[in-house]
Amino acid sequence: MDHSDIKNISLLSLKEKIFKGLLLFAIVTVILIVVALFLVLIINSWPSLKTFGIKFIYGTTWNPVKDKFGALPFIVGTLLTSFLALIISAPFSLALSLYLGEYFRSGWMSEVLQNAVELLAGIPSVIYGFWGLFVLVPIIRSVEMELGAPPYGLGVLASSIILAVMIIPYSASVSREVISLVPGNLKEAAYSLGATRYEVIKKVIIPYTWSGILAGIILALGRALGETMAVTMVIGNTNNLPTSIFSTGNTMASVIANEFTEASGNLYLSSLIEIGLILFLITMVINFIGKRITKRYSL
Amino acid sequence: MADNKVAYRKFKDSLFRIAVISFALITTLPLIFILFYILKQGITAINWHFLVSLPKPPGESGGGISNAIVGTFLIVLVASVLAIPIGIGAGIYLSEYKNSRLADWARSGLEILNGTPSIVLGIMAYIIVVEPAKGFSAFSGSVALAFMMLPVVIRTTEETLKLMPESLKEAALALGTPYYRVILKVILPSGASGIITGIMLSVARIAGETAPLLFTAFGSPYMNTNIFKPTDSLPLLIFNYATSPYNNWHQLAWGASLILVFVILLLNIFSKLAVRKWKVQF
Repeated sequence: MDHSDIKNISLLSLKEKIFKGLLLFAIVTVILIVVALFLVLIINSWPSLKTFGIKFIYGTTWNPVKDKFGALPFIVGTLLTSFLALIISAPFSLALSLYLGEYFRSGWMSEVLQNAVELLAGIPSVIYGFWGLFVLVPIIRSVEMELGAPPYGLGVLASSIILAVMIIPYSASVSREVISLVPGNLKEAAYSLGATRYEVIKKVIIPYTWSGILAGIILALGRALGETMAVTMVIGNTNNLPTSIFSTGNTMASVIANEFTEASGNLYLSSLIEIGLILFLITMVINFIGKRITKRYSL
Repeated sequence: MADNKVAYRKFKDSLFRIAVISFALITTLPLIFILFYILKQGITAINWHFLVSLPKPPGESGGGISNAIVGTFLIVLVASVLAIPIGIGAGIYLSEYKNSRLADWARSGLEILNGTPSIVLGIMAYIIVVEPAKGFSAFSGSVALAFMMLPVVIRTTEETLKLMPESLKEAALALGTPYYRVILKVILPSGASGIITGIMLSVARIAGETAPLLFTAFGSPYMNTNIFKPTDSLPLLIFNYATSPYNNWHQLAWGASLILVFVILLLNIFSKLAVRKWKVQF
């Protein structure tokens, strides 16, 4: 071995070390980002955490002028719109997953439906909001006039309907997968006893897959909770507790979107960041539960 | 009697079938309505002038969205520059050191990051970039969007590399190829199709994002190519103009919506075709 070979080998091992170092750098960066996310949110909401304590969660006044902040209207707004959206979307996403996972597993119509649903998931949130503002809100306004409710058009109902459309792709994709995974012999056993298809679905498929369907719903809930733009544009942006589905309000995400840039004063900004922290923790727990259930199916 | 019951059960069965089919078909209606409405409103706004000129003040007709088109391109480009190298690196790490403790931590972290509402990532970018720099900038928006790209790029890279046959790597190593060259010259090129598809998917995911840009890139009515200044983007422009009371701004927003939806649908379709052609699996 002459001198240049030795130099080459040590150069090689240096390159090798640099390469492995870069990989390590990448993975550590990723971990640090997530750790920093926690720390940054907690540190920056500290003034608000210290001033209001637990009262922040059940306080109903949000008054930037008097520096008094309670997040209950937004927490209620978020939960109300998200759960309403789940209820509205449930029959549609269940029908869709039965259509694609049980009735018509192949064929051009299923292909079209499948693609349409994927495109639905790709449309940006702000465009749902824009459409909602100009098409859905006027429709709701005229319905409210018929019913004698205050004709804002904007509000909880408009937000829930838009959210329902947006989450259908998420809940339908998980439940479709679990429904198509039901073992054939279970269904055949029921058919051979003379069951109709409806009875097979009701007594075999749904009981067999209910936890997977639930997981789809939970993951869709995680989406709905954090959804910002579409809701911000159609909910009316008022800081009161919503009293009916026709009232205007704000969600946690929409109040941040609306007020963050104009938040003057340390406590105001820190209260908005604390709302972000609460939103972050809630979606994290919801997603964690959903993921735990889907892992059992190894999807 | 028994016949009656069978008839009733059959009736219920067909009723349910009809309900499933009709509800499933109804879910496509919003897509059709939205696309049709955007097309109808947007197509009249779009012409050459619209693409190359700046927005006009309220009340004046005409004007364009060139600042937002350039801004979107700039913000997405910088986000990609930030996220893709780290994403591919981390993806390689996850597939090479599957069971290490760091890999476990990173996987849990990525699951959290992937589910985090985009507006919260906007807050993060505001605190770590906008506050220290004392000003809104395209760069801070790119940081927020890079956080959203990372989980997608990493997962697709990891899944693609996991599928590479072990024999491929062993063959290269047996020829005396150093480890880093095996990865860079053998494993990565064989997985390129999957990684490129993942990048397309992640760009499609962030191109329409608005919430994290509200208080990072902020928006601007001027043409701007300096990444350290406030910059407009298509989704931001749509939000600001859609919620304004001016008719000519609504027109600009509809035109911008049509362009944005068109670009995102193209990205989605291309990545789907790529998945099919290259038989990529995630």
